[in-house]
Amino acid sequence: MFDEKTIQMILEGIRDTLYMTLVSTFFGYVIGLPFGIVLKVTRKDGLRPNKIIYGIGDFICNIIRSVPFLILLILLIPFTRMVVGKSYGSTATIVPLVICAAPYIARVVESSLNEVDAGVIEAARAMGASDLQIIFKVLLVEAKVSLLNGATITTGILLGYSAMSGTVGGGGLGDIAVRYGYYRWQTDIMVITVLLLIAIFQIIQNLGSFIAARTDHRKR
Amino acid sequence: MSEIEIKELTKKFRVKEHTVTALDHINLSVEKGDIFGIIGMSGAGKSTLVRSINFLETPSEGQVLIDGVDLAGLSEKELRKKRSEIGMIFQGFNLLEQKNVIDNICFPLEIAGVKKKEARKRAGELLKTVSLEDKEKAYPSQLSGGQKQRVAIARALASNPGILLCDEATSALDPQTTESILQLLKEINEKYGITIVMITHQMSVVTRICKKVAIIENGVLVEEGAVDEVFETPKSDAARELILEKKNEYLPVEKLKEGRNIRIVFHDNSSYEPLVANLILNFNRPVNILKADTKNVGGKARGEMILGLPAGAQLQDEMIEWIRQRGLSVTEVGEDV
Repeated sequence: MFDEKTIQMILEGIRDTLYMTLVSTFFGYVIGLPFGIVLKVTRKDGLRPNKIIYGIGDFICNIIRSVPFLILLILLIPFTRMVVGKSYGSTATIVPLVICAAPYIARVVESSLNEVDAGVIEAARAMGASDLQIIFKVLLVEAKVSLLNGATITTGILLGYSAMSGTVGGGGLGDIAVRYGYYRWQTDIMVITVLLLIAIFQIIQNLGSFIAARTDHRKR
Repeated sequence: MSEIEIKELTKKFRVKEHTVTALDHINLSVEKGDIFGIIGMSGAGKSTLVRSINFLETPSEGQVLIDGVDLAGLSEKELRKKRSEIGMIFQGFNLLEQKNVIDNICFPLEIAGVKKKEARKRAGELLKTVSLEDKEKAYPSQLSGGQKQRVAIARALASNPGILLCDEATSALDPQTTESILQLLKEINEKYGITIVMITHQMSVVTRICKKVAIIENGVLVEEGAVDEVFETPKSDAARELILEKKNEYLPVEKLKEGRNIRIVFHDNSSYEPLVANLILNFNRPVNILKADTKNVGGKARGEMILGLPAGAQLQDEMIEWIRQRGLSVTEVGEDV
């Protein structure tokens, strides 16, 4: 159906898409996880309520999340160029993806941690646990399943956003879909990339759900 | 020196613009090895009181002394150390759902930095104490309420505390399980000499295992003493209410002092005749029904009724005689009913 060159291109597209999605999810968590923990700890029912820190974090979160990704992508071009040296291609796309994902992840983490029963936290305090011990040995452990589900959803969203970055030369399957499907009207390549995106999404979602369910000890 | 000494403890909460006084100048001391019950209706402040003992709630005024040490004077680190010497169990068990039984029991030791091998050994011993040797690898979701509370007790005992605080520890359990948990607590008290402070709203829990009791009402300590004394001769209204265990059954007998209160128990076939109606028709005088209750005991109706008879000794005697003639037993009851 396709010549070798096209197949090669699609394979590279898959590789680039996975690269962008997974690396941005990883760095998104590097920033978003501590950010989410800070939000949880400083909120008014948290371990160390702090109106100022929570207020600032909350504000930053809302600001970034209210900018549509495509606009953020363009807005961040100078910053991206500063960080990775260029503003197009897969690696360059990771920068806005991380910036976009981090506050989203922070919110997901905050809400996962909120699900942890206040009674369990109180029990840990009664045992003499420090705040750090409560965060690492109680909150993150008890919220594990919810955190994994959150990570699965986040990865799925970043997969979609990475494809969206194709419109401004982002690389990966989205880029192929835009270039061949949109500019050249090559519907077959367009369809293939869409099917591949669906397949990758399914794999991520199912794998995430499977791992989350496997590690959950609450029901059985 | 008392093991726990609470002096003039006051706790105020700010709710919007209002200040609510949850505890009002409480004075209490608990001796080593006691099982001390703190009882009160819900909202009386007893949960706040027990949380003040390990400073999960910081008092607004007053002092809490554990073995003579004022908790308010401790640094955060010292306070955490002190807390680890006070075990606590809860109504909702509060086990870590993602950890199995043995890891739950090891948890306080992990926090205290005890080596894993040592912690496991201690946890194994405690599993025996609470008779759950076979549940070592089970997760809380696989356990019954009673078993969860046993795990919670084992966890609370892991760091060898001198004091065990129980916050409504049996309130989520059925009567039989409650009984077995109370039995276990009593054994632990006797075996390890651990001081137990029990918060409850159930008088039956207090009468079952406590030696001393304090009654809290609206944040105020209204009565305190040995359990049998308080149970036999309750001095406060709150104590009387709790002994009757149902608030609604407490009767405003004050108003009926001139009359006489009698208790009639209906047996098998005696409830066919409309007794009270006939009594009133016969004597042409009003009778006050103070309480009426029917129970189905083994398929037979057993009724209990408390009547307030109108004033006049002769009339009252005649009425009682009239009821007795219908084959019913009549007992006079005091003001407290």
